[in-house]
Amino acid sequence: MATLEINVSRVTERAVSEAPWLRRLLVGIALVFLLAFLLVPLFLVFREAFSQGARVYLAALSNPDARHAIKLTLTAAAVAVPLNVIFGLAAAWAISKFRFRGKQVMITLIDLPFAVSPVIAGLIYVLLFGSRGWLGPWLENNGLHIIYAVPGIVLATVFVTFPFVARELIPVMQEQGVTHEEAALTLGAGGWQTFWRVTLPSVKWGLLYGVILCNARAMGEFGAVSVVSGHIRGKTNTLPLHVEILYNEYEFAAAFACASLLALLAVATLIAKSALEYKHQRDRERSLRAAARQEEP
Amino acid sequence: MAKRVIPGFGLSLGFATFYTSLIVFIPLAALFAKGLSLGGADLWRVVSDPQALASYKLSFGAALAGALINLLFGGLVAWVLVRYAFPGKRIVDALVDLPFALPTAVAGIALTELYGRNGWFGAPLGELGLKVAYTPIGVTVALTFIGLPFVVRTVQPVLAGLDRELEEAAASLGADRWQTFRRVLFPALLPAALTGFALAFARAVGEYGSVVFISGNMPFRTEITPLLIYSKLEQYDYAAASALGMVMLLFSFVLLLLINGLQFWTVKRAGG
Repeated sequence: MATLEINVSRVTERAVSEAPWLRRLLVGIALVFLLAFLLVPLFLVFREAFSQGARVYLAALSNPDARHAIKLTLTAAAVAVPLNVIFGLAAAWAISKFRFRGKQVMITLIDLPFAVSPVIAGLIYVLLFGSRGWLGPWLENNGLHIIYAVPGIVLATVFVTFPFVARELIPVMQEQGVTHEEAALTLGAGGWQTFWRVTLPSVKWGLLYGVILCNARAMGEFGAVSVVSGHIRGKTNTLPLHVEILYNEYEFAAAFACASLLALLAVATLIAKSALEYKHQRDRERSLRAAARQEEP
Repeated sequence: MAKRVIPGFGLSLGFATFYTSLIVFIPLAALFAKGLSLGGADLWRVVSDPQALASYKLSFGAALAGALINLLFGGLVAWVLVRYAFPGKRIVDALVDLPFALPTAVAGIALTELYGRNGWFGAPLGELGLKVAYTPIGVTVALTFIGLPFVVRTVQPVLAGLDRELEEAAASLGADRWQTFRRVLFPALLPAALTGFALAFARAVGEYGSVVFISGNMPFRTEITPLLIYSKLEQYDYAAASALGMVMLLFSFVLLLLINGLQFWTVKRAGG
């Protein structure tokens, strides 16, 4: 009897999984693919950055144009991310807590910037604010500069990072429903108090996740910013644009040195993202266990 | 009418609508207004110009090829990550998102170096007679890179949520592993895989940063549509740039609708 059972389980085991050689082969192919397409290019960035030694590397980063580019990149992200956080919270609150007509249209519009080519993202602001754009002459008469200036760069960055926070928050808030907020309100809490004390803490991981992704894209955006920047050295160059200029001038070591900063940002983003996913999963499991314990008599 | 219990409807919706109009809706409407200001005949001339047609062919063709590669390998990566244990799995899992996190310009110069004449991959491939950088193949490589996470990330959760008992049932009814895969697993995973494919395709069609370095930007040969728009803009031909932008946007809308339909299908499959 016992041998029969063992045989049966072995047969099912074979039937619902693959032979060891096949497993190893599939894992091997997948890893070689990821190695060639992801890890080697990432490694190459750092390798090229230090190809002429640490002195050249540090010189490239301390160059005044590079430092200005870093500052501008940080500025654009520092404006775009908070704006999109406020928008994300407002949009997610409206969409998840209320029913209204046109909700689906709103959700589609929020997704739209993901589907728009970065070049078009830049183009639309040139059409509005460029010197030959609709508002261009008026802006010029009043001494305001948006295109080929910092405000244009910020606008383009806001556009390309527009969906990130809202997209993370909407499903989380929809899943949570309104019961906690209603409870808080009936117990006498005010609207803002409920928002700060009840809603915000319960969506904090989703929010943080959105912020991290939003920030990575804001600091790394190239196409949209390139269209509106005008590439004025030391004035309207962000770090990715500075990388492009150095590369096109055959200053490869310097280009990769600046690129390595952006690659480090990407690695930090991936680590933070994984850590958040891990933490979120653990929180979830803990609350499920707690709920299961409560149900026990 | 009963008073709404939850406050802030007017404020949150009002602000969200205002901000969306300002950042997304009005600027995109401006693009259509500018493009349509050309009038029918000129509009058609611009969007059907041979150089434009060549750029569509490259942009859509290379994006399609990249998305197909990602469909195949992304599906495999998702399978391996969900089903098998191997050392370093968590790091590999995190690494899959690199193309989302790495700025496109950085990816662009890294891939160009890698596949260039003296590059680590470019040199041996060149000896085999395969030129990658500054050819449509190079464009495909960049668009594969940029779309890599999509299929993995759409298939992974669906595969993880599948009930193993289905496969056991199929096996106990006499199906071999390949039959089980084809008849049970494949139909369950198909909507998610197609969603990922469409997302990768949509992203790749509009991609700019990672492509401009490796493509070489030769008109009629390696010039993608976004680059053509860019060069129209640099010649201050706003109307032509807008017209070409409209073609791309209309295509994106269609894809977006398709993706929404696919996601609906995925949810329905999973639920029923």
